[in-house]
Amino acid sequence: MMDVIVIGAGVTGCAIARELSRRERSILVLERGLDVCEGTSKANSGIVHAGHDAKPGTMKARMNIEGSRMMEALSRELDFPYRRNTSLVIGFNEEDRHTLEELKAQGEVNGVEGLAVISGEEARAKEPKLSAGVTCALFCPTGGIVDPFLLTVAFAENAAVNGAEFRFGTEVTKISGKEGAFTVETADGTAFQAKRIVNAAGVYADVFHNMVSAQHIHITARKGEYLLMDKKTKGFVNATIFQCPTKMGKGVLVTPTCHGNLLIGPTSVDIEDKEGVNTTAEGLADVVEKAGLSAEDLPTRQVITSFAGLRAHEDGGDFIVAEAADCPGFFDAAGIESPGLTSAPAIAKYMAELITEKDKAPEKTGFKAERKGIPCMAEATPEERKALVAENPLYANVICRCELVTEGEIVDAINRPVGATTLDGVKRRVRAGMGRCQAGFCTPKQMDILARETGRDLQDIVKSGSGSQLLDGGKFESTH
Amino acid sequence: MNADKKAKIVIIGGGPAGLSAAAAANEAGAAAGDILILERDNVLGGILNQCIHNGFGLHTFKEELTGPEYAARFVSTVQERGIPYLLNTIVVDISVDGDGSKVVSAMNRTDGFFTVRADAVILAMGCRERPRGALNIPGYRPAGIYTAGTAQRFVNIEGRMPGHEVVILGSGDIGLIMARRMTLEGAKVKVVAELMPYSGGLKRNIVQCLDDFGIPLKLSHTVTDIRGRERVEAVTIAEVGPDRKPVPGTEETYTCDTLLLSCGLIPENELSSQLGVELSRVTSGPVVNESLETSVPGVFACGNVLHVHDLVDYVSEEAANAGRNAAGYVEGNGSEGKPEEDGTPVQVIAKDGVRYTVPSSIRIGRMNDLQLIRFRVGAVYRDASIAIDFNDTVVRTQKKRILAPGEMEQVILKKEDLQKFEGLKTITIRVDTSEAKKQ
Repeated sequence: MMDVIVIGAGVTGCAIARELSRRERSILVLERGLDVCEGTSKANSGIVHAGHDAKPGTMKARMNIEGSRMMEALSRELDFPYRRNTSLVIGFNEEDRHTLEELKAQGEVNGVEGLAVISGEEARAKEPKLSAGVTCALFCPTGGIVDPFLLTVAFAENAAVNGAEFRFGTEVTKISGKEGAFTVETADGTAFQAKRIVNAAGVYADVFHNMVSAQHIHITARKGEYLLMDKKTKGFVNATIFQCPTKMGKGVLVTPTCHGNLLIGPTSVDIEDKEGVNTTAEGLADVVEKAGLSAEDLPTRQVITSFAGLRAHEDGGDFIVAEAADCPGFFDAAGIESPGLTSAPAIAKYMAELITEKDKAPEKTGFKAERKGIPCMAEATPEERKALVAENPLYANVICRCELVTEGEIVDAINRPVGATTLDGVKRRVRAGMGRCQAGFCTPKQMDILARETGRDLQDIVKSGSGSQLLDGGKFESTH
Repeated sequence: MNADKKAKIVIIGGGPAGLSAAAAANEAGAAAGDILILERDNVLGGILNQCIHNGFGLHTFKEELTGPEYAARFVSTVQERGIPYLLNTIVVDISVDGDGSKVVSAMNRTDGFFTVRADAVILAMGCRERPRGALNIPGYRPAGIYTAGTAQRFVNIEGRMPGHEVVILGSGDIGLIMARRMTLEGAKVKVVAELMPYSGGLKRNIVQCLDDFGIPLKLSHTVTDIRGRERVEAVTIAEVGPDRKPVPGTEETYTCDTLLLSCGLIPENELSSQLGVELSRVTSGPVVNESLETSVPGVFACGNVLHVHDLVDYVSEEAANAGRNAAGYVEGNGSEGKPEEDGTPVQVIAKDGVRYTVPSSIRIGRMNDLQLIRFRVGAVYRDASIAIDFNDTVVRTQKKRILAPGEMEQVILKKEDLQKFEGLKTITIRVDTSEAKKQ
């Protein structure tokens, strides 16, 4: 019998697991994928939103502001890439200016600090690549960017170090029972017992909620497509550039990533299929066209990849972070769409408070709040490189040449707590294969390392899911 | 800056270009011990090691070799001459010091992170394949999508098949070679789709790798969708119009487990850029003069890092030239020598269907008696001519039965012709289509 089962190892589930691990309780995280960060958390803008978009009084507003305020200290505590790069919401006419003034007022009610509506010239002085048609902008000094993969991995690793258990490839199919004695059944026939359940299942959160509650919720998968550009575009913009929001979201943005790539997107299209993470010709064209309104000479020739993610949009439009009214002991973190990444630390903190009220678990002596990330040879100084290589020569053996990722870093990614078992898992932890050749050269080498470190044959190495084998069969004997 | 090692010539890359450059530099007088080859892989030979098909060496050795055999000849030469090389060694930076010497920063497991000071550097890093993302192919992102070169490595080095039902996008040479290779190992290659109305590969490869195996080549087609969440399940291709956009209603879906991409090679010049080497927008390789010297004095380039070649024989020849020039440079015959004797460089201009030329400038005082100009054309031409203009005067036209983007072309200039031509400022290489048919 576990004290708490968390369903879903996205950023929300992992953040909650980490917060819960501050107290003496047994925690089990069940995840359908083979790694953390396999759903919505892996395909989003990586933005730490300032907090002017959410309607005052909503859970979104509260969690956004608090999460945004927590992020910087957390990035030091858990050692993940975060940068307060500021943001601009741009306008092209008087109507937009009006919208920006409203956003500013709304942001101030929410508690966002330092907001200012500035002129087009002032905006272009900050960001010279901004479109000539920009006449006004809302400047948000507290806007930031974060690496969504490493944020999730950091929460998960730290949760694991503090005792949380993770089970991957474990798809929950049925939940029954009541507070103190829930039974969670999974696709492989295993059943787990828990006193309480946290539902952090992203676009599937409605499915699990509706298994135990008669007060149904409904989540729509809202697709967003993105294009990512080569690091050669570093410095094209420094701030995150938003367009005026619409009812479908914050519009197409142009932003640097923490690693110096340029990211444009997302689209916003409601779809039926909760697995529909395919990009479309129309969607990608739409992103390029709309992003082109924000900035001049967008370097679209430098695109290295495109991807799509699904926002978990609940019909009510707000986050649901609460105990189900008619099912005590079942806690939802549902409808976590944007600004969900920003809000994750705050949602987790709040969720832990809700659960602590119920279980009164004592604080854990020896809780380790700090985590140190994997060294990054690409960003190390020559002196740091020398020191790392002296410590472990594998840090000198470069596997991914585009992103300068070494064997040492890849071995770390595999062997750490909640380590990578897949090619994508390695990529998200250390960026191997994330560069301009998109893993063309390093895939075979990474597979060799994964096979060696995890004691598997090459044919069993997968890209991400359990059916994503990279090779078809074992070693062949050539007859030629 | 203090450097950990010293060399007169550092060669970055131990593939066909780097090996040939090293051997030629040595022959031209650079002591073996003054040369250092830095190779990122665990063996010399570069991509040739996975090119186990034959057809290499017809020009260089007058016999037909496999890739590894061709590489082995150069590797033996380098080893016999005692030219030092470091394997598993990645170069992370090249910079020019105040005195004009170059500092190369590199690392490997044995030596750790170290620097080498050199008088001259030869860039021979090769190229990479254009990945799916850069092609903007929509659809899912499952396992089973590989560049042709990655698949080649799986099959020929690892002895593993990436899949057994294959669609190939792009008709570059590696894709064509892999169509045959995977067929020989039991895979079914269903179709090769090519965006352009002509193939990007050599004619002989179309015949020997597709036609001989009954594999259809669909020109003016592209991939419009990839299905399969975990592993590729199907690929949709469609015909493209003159604007290279898919024509609605022409879609055909092929069930398959693998999509191979052979859609172009990109010279890998990230190090060159960091160093401040001027790059060509057409080739993505350095802009070089007759000595294959880049815009940074004492830094030379050759092989696929300079421009993408179709035959390795040409790479070896070009790289040997770079090696000799680098040896000359370190012996004090460098460009900082007597520029007045070199004269103003003559600009070599690519025009009318010629996409680029290597070199793009010639210092007459520095050129050999015969100067090779290599280039590619941008479309297929039948019965056209290659015209050479000195300033505005046509000095030569060469009839060509066929010109195609997949085949590298060349013209040879004589030093005496350039010297004789009073006030020579530009040499223009162009396709003369006055009597030709463009396809």
